[in-house]
Amino acid sequence: MDIPKVNERWTSQINEVTIGATADQGGTRSKVITVGGQTTLPGMTFEGDIPNSPVIAGYVSDVVPEWPDFLKKAIGNEINSPTEWAQKCVQEFGCDLISLRLNGADPSGDDKSAADCAKVVENVLKAVDVPLIIWGCGDDDKDAIVLQDCSAVVKGENCLIGSAKESNYKTIVAICKADNHKIISEAPVDINIGKQVNILLQDAGYDLKDVVMFQTTAALGYGLDYVYTILERARMTGLKGDKLMAGPQLADVGGEVWRIKDAVASEEILPGWGDPERRGPSWEAACAADYLQAGADILVMSHPSAIKTIQETITQIA
Amino acid sequence: MALTGMQIYKSLPKTNCKKCGFPTCMAFAMQVAAKQKALADCPEISDDAQSALSDASAPPMKLVKIGASGKEFVFGQETVMFRHEEKFHNPTGVAGKISASLSDEEAAAKIEQINKAVFQRVGEELKVSLCAVGVDCSDPAARAKMAAEKSNVPLILMGSVDSLKAAVEAVKDQKPLIYQADASSIDALAELAAATKAPLAVTAGSLEELADLTKKAKDKGVEEMVLSFNTEKPGDTLRTLTIARRAALKKSCRELGFPAIVDINGATPEVEGALANTFAAKYAGILLVNSVEPCQLLPLLTTIQNIYTDPQKPNTVETKLYEVGQPDENSPVFFTTNFSLTYFSVEGEVERSKIPAYICVVDTEGLGVLNAYAGDKISAEKVVKTLQEQGVADKVKHRKLIIPGYLPIFRAEIEETSEWKEVIIGPELASKIPAFLAENWK
Repeated sequence: MDIPKVNERWTSQINEVTIGATADQGGTRSKVITVGGQTTLPGMTFEGDIPNSPVIAGYVSDVVPEWPDFLKKAIGNEINSPTEWAQKCVQEFGCDLISLRLNGADPSGDDKSAADCAKVVENVLKAVDVPLIIWGCGDDDKDAIVLQDCSAVVKGENCLIGSAKESNYKTIVAICKADNHKIISEAPVDINIGKQVNILLQDAGYDLKDVVMFQTTAALGYGLDYVYTILERARMTGLKGDKLMAGPQLADVGGEVWRIKDAVASEEILPGWGDPERRGPSWEAACAADYLQAGADILVMSHPSAIKTIQETITQIA
Repeated sequence: MALTGMQIYKSLPKTNCKKCGFPTCMAFAMQVAAKQKALADCPEISDDAQSALSDASAPPMKLVKIGASGKEFVFGQETVMFRHEEKFHNPTGVAGKISASLSDEEAAAKIEQINKAVFQRVGEELKVSLCAVGVDCSDPAARAKMAAEKSNVPLILMGSVDSLKAAVEAVKDQKPLIYQADASSIDALAELAAATKAPLAVTAGSLEELADLTKKAKDKGVEEMVLSFNTEKPGDTLRTLTIARRAALKKSCRELGFPAIVDINGATPEVEGALANTFAAKYAGILLVNSVEPCQLLPLLTTIQNIYTDPQKPNTVETKLYEVGQPDENSPVFFTTNFSLTYFSVEGEVERSKIPAYICVVDTEGLGVLNAYAGDKISAEKVVKTLQEQGVADKVKHRKLIIPGYLPIFRAEIEETSEWKEVIIGPELASKIPAFLAENWK
């Protein structure tokens, strides 16, 4: 029998955002990465186009994160050097781009200087030929100084800079306009604030077509339901024509999953839960698979095995 | 498609006899439309009107029950495509596969593994819901009986028509899911399902054929069916599942108005895990999986737990005193709200600090710190009362209380009205707790 026609008529396209610049485009990358551009929900190619697959950005930090030993071991000794770590992400783990966090700048941590951070960025840029995502440490005042210097050393490379919030968007806009970078707009698990930050960016004269949206990611089991639904609603709103919500979306899976007990705690703490060396990467991959269904376009990931699993998954569910 | 109150009203006697317990037929019709009452609750309704309406007012996706008394799995009757539109109702079940090629001992061992796959997570029990037993072995009836006896969960029986006939007959009182009928076996298996009143999984190469097959089975008297898919081409399956669900929920396509089962296979256990999570998010009612290892099951069961959470109901944790690590009389004391996201953020960060601590959870009706304060759901008085009720002062020698950074205004009142004489204002964000403790708790 015939099945009733059920195609959705989405009216709008998600913005296509390109990160990185080749020599022709004034940069030094061997290739650029483009995300977004779709006219339907994840995978639903029978009713719209999905010109760009989701991509995986390898998590790299200037200081070694407080991660379980088994994760550090899986990444290898290279974790001690942001340049070597980034190289390994690209050459061995097959990441599409690098997500560099300048955690060392945190005033309540190592409090590294802007000059030191800029040096790290410069070295990572030289070490790999893929586009870069560059984040500060999350402290607005410090990031204002750090990101200014870091942005300047990669001027023309068309990086994605994170992140603009209600509290610091003016600074980030000024930096990114001066050096021609793309912006991550961030909101704390709140779709309305997400929209508000985008309005502020637009009012500050920044083109929303150059914005990637980021809802502070929740790890699986720790509020994933909220963020999943926000990503899904934001995507549907964008497809229905709301230009303020039409940006591609980023999920920082690797940055969140390795902070939670379920992914890292030993069997002594969680009896019957099995070896965390296997449970952890499963947790990261599961979380990433969920966010792909919600509408994430850029997944930041850490564990090489989880990265491999999700690369294969992205291919299979296309 | 759900009927409106007006459509239902037209078929009622319109006598306002009140026998249904409502003052008017219109009021009753509204209740039926809201699915609060069944048409059968009207004692005066004509048979004609009832049959005309019950077809139209039946839920767009059938509720299917596998198993019998004590060992049951109920799923289906989903109403929306996206959880924010209402909620997802009946959580996806994970079914562990037991291959027919296993020996009796090996099969029994895997059933035992499935029985043991029960976990506690944030106060809820997570477990494998079904045992999927291959019966293409030397004695299908014996294998099915053994599984029925040993398994704590209901059964799916998988095999050829002849094996299934023997196996289902042997355990028919257990109402196993018969897996699975295709175009070649639909007649035989539909008859088996109708005779044993067991639910039937149906598969086909396309949704058009699938709809033909479920119609055929229905005509033979099978009421409860499950649409069956696999992951040979996962992308195609995602699209097909989406179309089937849209057709059922939005276009009242009765032939596709059944929940779905997806047989998950992947090149590696890891890819299988990721695919299982994918289909948990998008529209599988049952996932057939090979691995029942905790490291694969736990993330999957947590995804199901998260996705099937009611988005309109704030998630809360029990209002009590929590211990992180093994705190002693010198350990720090925090208070926070019973909004689970807030609580688990605080708990996670306290854990990360590696300093054992007490966390006193105050009932804020599921609101986070700022919302609770704005909505008058938390006050210094309430905090003091909760601390007393939970006997926190008996647990520690000191009288230092760490309060959320967003509530500095509580400090003076707590110090004045309770024994907690040293109130310390904590960080605004949970993520700053480790640094805060390192600095302030020596």
